[in-house]
Amino acid sequence: MTVSTSRPAITNPKVLALFRKQARKRALLIAIAITFALIVMALPVIAIFTRAFAEGLAIYWSNIIMPETLHAIWLTVLTALIVLPINLAFGIAASWAIVHYRFPGRRALQTIIELPFSISPIVAGLCYLLIYGSMGLVGSWLDGFDIQLMFNLTGIVLVSLFVTCPFVARELIPLMEIAGQDQEEAALTLGATGWQTFLHVTLPKIKWALLYGAILANARVIGEFGAVSVVSGNIRGETMTLPLQVQLLYDDYNATGAFAAATVLTVIAVITLVLRSAIEARHPHGH
Amino acid sequence: MSLQIREISKYYGSNLVLDAVSLDFKPGEFIALLGPSGSGKTTLLRTIAGLQFAEGGSLLFDGEDITGLDARKRRFGMVFQNYALFEHMTVADNVAFGLKVRDRKSRPSSGEIAKRVENLLEMAQISHLADRYPGQLSGGQRQRVALTRALAIEPRLLLLDEPFSALDARVRKDLRASLRSLQRQVGVGAILVTHDQEEAFELADRIAVMADGRIEQFDTPANLLKNPSSPFVAEFLEGSEAYNHSGAGI
Repeated sequence: MTVSTSRPAITNPKVLALFRKQARKRALLIAIAITFALIVMALPVIAIFTRAFAEGLAIYWSNIIMPETLHAIWLTVLTALIVLPINLAFGIAASWAIVHYRFPGRRALQTIIELPFSISPIVAGLCYLLIYGSMGLVGSWLDGFDIQLMFNLTGIVLVSLFVTCPFVARELIPLMEIAGQDQEEAALTLGATGWQTFLHVTLPKIKWALLYGAILANARVIGEFGAVSVVSGNIRGETMTLPLQVQLLYDDYNATGAFAAATVLTVIAVITLVLRSAIEARHPHGH
Repeated sequence: MSLQIREISKYYGSNLVLDAVSLDFKPGEFIALLGPSGSGKTTLLRTIAGLQFAEGGSLLFDGEDITGLDARKRRFGMVFQNYALFEHMTVADNVAFGLKVRDRKSRPSSGEIAKRVENLLEMAQISHLADRYPGQLSGGQRQRVALTRALAIEPRLLLLDEPFSALDARVRKDLRASLRSLQRQVGVGAILVTHDQEEAFELADRIAVMADGRIEQFDTPANLLKNPSSPFVAEFLEGSEAYNHSGAGI
């Protein structure tokens, strides 16, 4: 039980002067942070929506349902649907191997996984063209079998895999390292197979980190421009993903169309943001 | 249900951590592997469990060679030092795990599993904890759950890796008694790894004193005190003798 007494106010003038000085500093810092966030981040987002709806809802909608834009949305979603499962599988396998096994090339693998973060996507796209293009090392050989990898969905999926490959593993490795493998060993002594152990013991432990990584990777797949623009071939209504379509519409002087398409990307980004903070709020330890 | 350890040798890199260790366990016996840290006792236990594999030697269980048998097929219940409970499962689900993962042929029906879990929890006097998660339990309760989970698979042998080291002294005393009575009740042999002489002397039928990857002496507590085979054993057990004279039961 605490007896509530009113706390006497501080009256020492020197202390009060210090408080005022601290308050001024704090106000200044907060002002800088908010102004920066407004100008750099919030304003452009607002601008996208204002411009997209500038000519009214009907025009906006007719721009969204333009066949080429719809196709771009579909292609982007399709790419994400193909890339994500592969990414998850690779991310889990790579993290498991790196955390639980010691093998030659382990450090190299760890570094290589991070490579896409530091390499410019456009350079990555060019590399893919160089290797898998019809003139390339692998591409020319496959060309003999009438298999074309670049300038179609396959190419888009391949570079998307490249740019998003670190996200899942990056989330999982630190988590798995902390968690150790005691529970897995316990499951093993209780008679569980490797698959049962993964499904019932490991997966529940890592599922939030996995989801977090997947959401980030998904946002990246959907928004990727540079690498995809190199390998997609920019075929109208065929290999244009949503970001490419935005660029195309803008170059065609169809600003409303471009901004309408951009709102779709922005909405996806906002959903990503919301999911991300929801996961962080629920599982603060992971991050 | 007897275990024979034949000349097991195990290296970590170029360090020999188990040096041709041989031991014979009788059915239903409670054995303690006692020694200072780094003596190889945990490595020996993990080798018996099948979580590690030795470079040399063999393990026989009831005459069957289990040296290369997968841990999950050994059916040795293990209690880990930190208990390794499944944090996302309730106590009841933790205990049921070993039954639920059995293949379809030998898996009891879900009703039967529930019934068995209920009985086990009752036997371990933790029925009231059935719906709790490990995070909501005290250290002593966690240890009981870990033990119950290990017993649920009807183990052929119980392996205990320093199961009391994370508990405070009072809880430890209580749990020792209940561990021993549970083990007797189930009638399963047990191997306890510990660095605590008092613990080994109170619980074990026979004690293997280990040092530097070798068995220094393997005998009953009384004989160890009467005829220590080496100065090391005598010195290591000095503390327990005082305990023995204080009248605590062996």
